[in-house]
Amino acid sequence: MSLMLLGTKLGMTRVYREDGVNVPVTVIQLGPCTVTQIRTAEKDGYSAVQIAFGSIKPRNSTQAVIGHDAKAGIEAKRYHREFRCSADDAAKFSVGQTLTVKDLEGQMFVDVTGTSKGKGFQGTMKRHNFKGMFASHGTERKHRSPGSIGSLCSNRGFGGGLKKGKKMSGHMGAERVTIRSLDIVRIDADQNLLLVKGPVPGANRGMVMVRRATRLYRSKANKVAGKKPE
Amino acid sequence: MGIQQIIESINASAIKTDIPRIDIGDTVAAHCRIVEGNKERIQVFTGIVISRSGRGINEMITIRRIVEEMGVERILPMNSPRVAKFEVVRRGNARRAKLYYLRERSGKSRRIADRRRGLKHVGGEVVPSNA
Repeated sequence: MSLMLLGTKLGMTRVYREDGVNVPVTVIQLGPCTVTQIRTAEKDGYSAVQIAFGSIKPRNSTQAVIGHDAKAGIEAKRYHREFRCSADDAAKFSVGQTLTVKDLEGQMFVDVTGTSKGKGFQGTMKRHNFKGMFASHGTERKHRSPGSIGSLCSNRGFGGGLKKGKKMSGHMGAERVTIRSLDIVRIDADQNLLLVKGPVPGANRGMVMVRRATRLYRSKANKVAGKKPE
Repeated sequence: MGIQQIIESINASAIKTDIPRIDIGDTVAAHCRIVEGNKERIQVFTGIVISRSGRGINEMITIRRIVEEMGVERILPMNSPRVAKFEVVRRGNARRAKLYYLRERSGKSRRIADRRRGLKHVGGEVVPSNA
């Protein structure tokens, strides 16, 4: 069953496992989220569950949101997101229901989606991991340039121009990024905390979406299979 | 609770409270847990503390010793459960926060004098030389 929760990235720290191994973790304050709407195929054309998270002053919200959240019996919330699920799964949720980090107990992996930190206008070396030009051998003032972007016959798009999507300099970051199959290190239901291994996109205090791992990397899928044969 | 307090509450259980006062220049024995198969044994690494960095759970300590005329440095997390304990063998008189200059020294100039002053914070104990 698919499930998604909204939370706030708090920051990173480290945790020592029982065997003394040091694990870098990101602390996410996850939920509690409230189900504010159930989307159905008959009415909306698709089935999904809408959840709300994060406090906001009513005067900073809008009447539409205040009224919408009032139907679920809650104060207006800052963030509203939907996750798609089958009609049968959607029927298991009810409007006004509270989802907490406890619902992730028993899971080994989660996918985390966030908005990455904005980097501004960046060159190709930072943005696309180009290697740049030589440091010496007669290279002048072109050490970080992308080099040739192709002749008319290569990478050709319509009308002799370059194909769209050619890797060049430009704005980097501040985009939606999903990190898949992160290990759950610890769940603290009292404080609504989720500790996942490794970094998570976005700045501290940024909103992140955490869902049950939908499609594991093969190495992790094998790990699960080895531990819990199905 | 603020963000920093929440993170510190997670760290609190892992931070050791039984670490003695360790200053730069002190000679310290780190009792490291070594796991070989199912067996666990303690290996003691004794040397001079040349650097401490980080705070709280991230605090690291650099210990330098000379093994067969070869300098060996280990950088250990102070709060790692793999270090069973730290033991101060000798108090040294260092006048810098980082003793990286010891790496270039050899022979007599590599030594650090015993500390005889400013030991109030460790209860006034003055460890005799050759301890």
